[in-house]
Amino acid sequence: MSTTVTAPARRVAPIGEALLALLGIAAVILAAWAVPWLKFVLTVALAKGIAVLGILLLLRAGQVSFGHSMFLAIGAYTVAFLAPALPEALLLLPLGAAIAGLFGLVIGLFVVRYRDIFFGMLNLALSMVLYSLLEKLYDLTKGTDGIRVSGLRFAGMTPDLPTQEWVTFGLALGLALLFGLLVRAYLGSPMGQALAGIKTRETRLEFMGVSARRVLLSAYVMSAAMGGIAGTLVAMTSRHVTPQLAYWTSSGELVFIAILGGAGSALGPFLGATAFELVRVYAAAAVADAWQMILGAVLLLVILFAPGGLWGILAGRLGRRR
Amino acid sequence: MTLAVSRRAAMLGAAATSGSLLFAGGQAGAQQKPAELRVGITTFLSGPASVFGVPARQAADLLFEEINKAGGIAGIPVRAFYVDEGPGTDHLVGEYRRLVQNEGVHIVFASISSGSCLACTPLSDEMKKTTLLWDCGTQRIFEEGPHPFAFRTQGYGTPEVLAPLLYLLKHKPDFRSIAVINQDYAWGRDSWELWKAGMDALKPGVRVLAELFPRFNSTDFSTEITRLLALRPDVILSTSWGGELVTLIRQASERKLFDRSLFVLPVAEASLQQLGKAMPQGHVIGARGDHWNNHPKPKDPARFKRFVDTYRAKYNEYPIYPCHHMAQAIAAMQAGIARAVAAKSGGWPNDQELANAFRGLTFDSPTSEITLREDGQGLEDQIVGLSSFTDRFAFAVPKDMVIFPAAMVSTPVGQKSVPWLKSLKTDVLDRMPAPIAG
Repeated sequence: MSTTVTAPARRVAPIGEALLALLGIAAVILAAWAVPWLKFVLTVALAKGIAVLGILLLLRAGQVSFGHSMFLAIGAYTVAFLAPALPEALLLLPLGAAIAGLFGLVIGLFVVRYRDIFFGMLNLALSMVLYSLLEKLYDLTKGTDGIRVSGLRFAGMTPDLPTQEWVTFGLALGLALLFGLLVRAYLGSPMGQALAGIKTRETRLEFMGVSARRVLLSAYVMSAAMGGIAGTLVAMTSRHVTPQLAYWTSSGELVFIAILGGAGSALGPFLGATAFELVRVYAAAAVADAWQMILGAVLLLVILFAPGGLWGILAGRLGRRR
Repeated sequence: MTLAVSRRAAMLGAAATSGSLLFAGGQAGAQQKPAELRVGITTFLSGPASVFGVPARQAADLLFEEINKAGGIAGIPVRAFYVDEGPGTDHLVGEYRRLVQNEGVHIVFASISSGSCLACTPLSDEMKKTTLLWDCGTQRIFEEGPHPFAFRTQGYGTPEVLAPLLYLLKHKPDFRSIAVINQDYAWGRDSWELWKAGMDALKPGVRVLAELFPRFNSTDFSTEITRLLALRPDVILSTSWGGELVTLIRQASERKLFDRSLFVLPVAEASLQQLGKAMPQGHVIGARGDHWNNHPKPKDPARFKRFVDTYRAKYNEYPIYPCHHMAQAIAAMQAGIARAVAAKSGGWPNDQELANAFRGLTFDSPTSEITLREDGQGLEDQIVGLSSFTDRFAFAVPKDMVIFPAAMVSTPVGQKSVPWLKSLKTDVLDRMPAPIAG
């Protein structure tokens, strides 16, 4: 699976990528401005894009995490638990990331010893443990009904509803840009290059004196923190947190987005997430009782005809024209 | 390069334009009479709870068709926008926004799942959109804070648990032990907490032999049944529903658990058609309301019969309780809009005026009459009885039915359910109406 996902797309010059990113940002802002309810959908899409960006890091090492949404849930529940005492969104965001990163460090110490299917399944198992805890500790988490997040403040102010939606949207967009650049730089750095080394042949890496475990662990912690940020953003947007966030289908969704977007560029996850959310809402609006089929058909088509994902299609076209 | 970019831009542009066009259409009709009455309905169209969601949607389709044939509501046709609750709360809160901001619905019917209701109700406050909670049962909604735009057009957890409890205390006053087997999610836990609070107040000293919460969506209850067979509780409570309840009843009756213990099944009604003759007789069954097919004295028998008959003719099955809850929400909407339009002497109400019309509203359901209290909670009577078979139906219906007046079994306005249940005195049993043979 990982081989298809990371199938090297044709190289796109950095200037082209930057232009595309700017165009994407403009399109997203335009869409959010023209259709108010899309602001909500796009905020969630950007948040999920950040989480998928974390998955992309691991994909570079050839590892697929089937339990990554546990970090999303940790970020979201951080907001749910802390918001009554600490309603400041600008503090909750880094807190969510830090707590998820901390969990990522502890969990990562165990899971980075494993590769491939074992890595994926261990992550899945741990995320389901978290799901069960969130569901069973009823007095603490209100079980499946979930916890409502209300009364958030932004830099000490409580804006009215439309402004608040714009602020969350802006935060998501800014963070998406920040993490996109960060991941891009990271992948270009020796640490990022070593990730690809894990995928091709780990022994060579060790011969060079680089600890594969440490390389993977640092990527894992980073991706966990990004999952946490995504979770806090999702919680601030939907303002209702349920254990569903940690369920394996949510993790599957993130992997789905990674495949849909393609792993060739830091833009891929955002392309994938936006396409996924838009297909989902428009399919759900058009045929309320068969939208899953449409979503499935889209994924099948992408796997069959565009193994490099949406990014692969774009990169292919850009490359050909040059 | 330009090619790829222009395609993407064109796609987004197209999406944006179509969206904004729809949006413009929605806003224009805010004050003057709209061309159609847009109703957003959230219901389960996928997942295990679609056993409730799909029949409810069928009932809505049928009733809207009838209404439109008769000239619509306040002279305008009704159009429904369905939303699937299946994908979870995250998706639903987005869909609620879409219904309000993009489709421009005038009113929303929200949710089967309590989790969905808890997420949608605060949205109704924020977006100032009248929202009828048409099926969810959590007592948390109106007890944890006011919601000026939300109204529940049916009963809820507390009366739905208290009525079977009172019935049990009258029917088998000498029981000494109980076990519970509920689904492991919010309703399973909540309903047991409510039951326990009421039972400890009305009959202290009952031994709880087992609290079993098998995984949600279980298909095998052999471990639990073995334990219950060994423990021999006098009474077994289960608020499970849908396919899970059918499985539980089949597996338990095969192993003769129904012969050893008396079952109390407050949400049995929706599963009885599927069970057919496999449902054991003489056990306490509830319907989340008063809409049994053999209702002993419906308020308007002709209307009740017409609803059941047309539903049967179209879908080849009897309507179950979610169908009735949908019918109640639609009846409430009709009455509410009529009242709002009358208050403006023929003019079309804005969102605030529409919500005002629902406070204290009384409307007819196919079986009875429901009043929305000042906190938004509807008062729906509860009928509980013992499972039995008659010549009329191929599935179990209750006998020795007790009609519990809603006010008797509902938590009073401003109080919380658990403390109220704990404060109950045994004189409530003396006020219980006499059973009707049925």
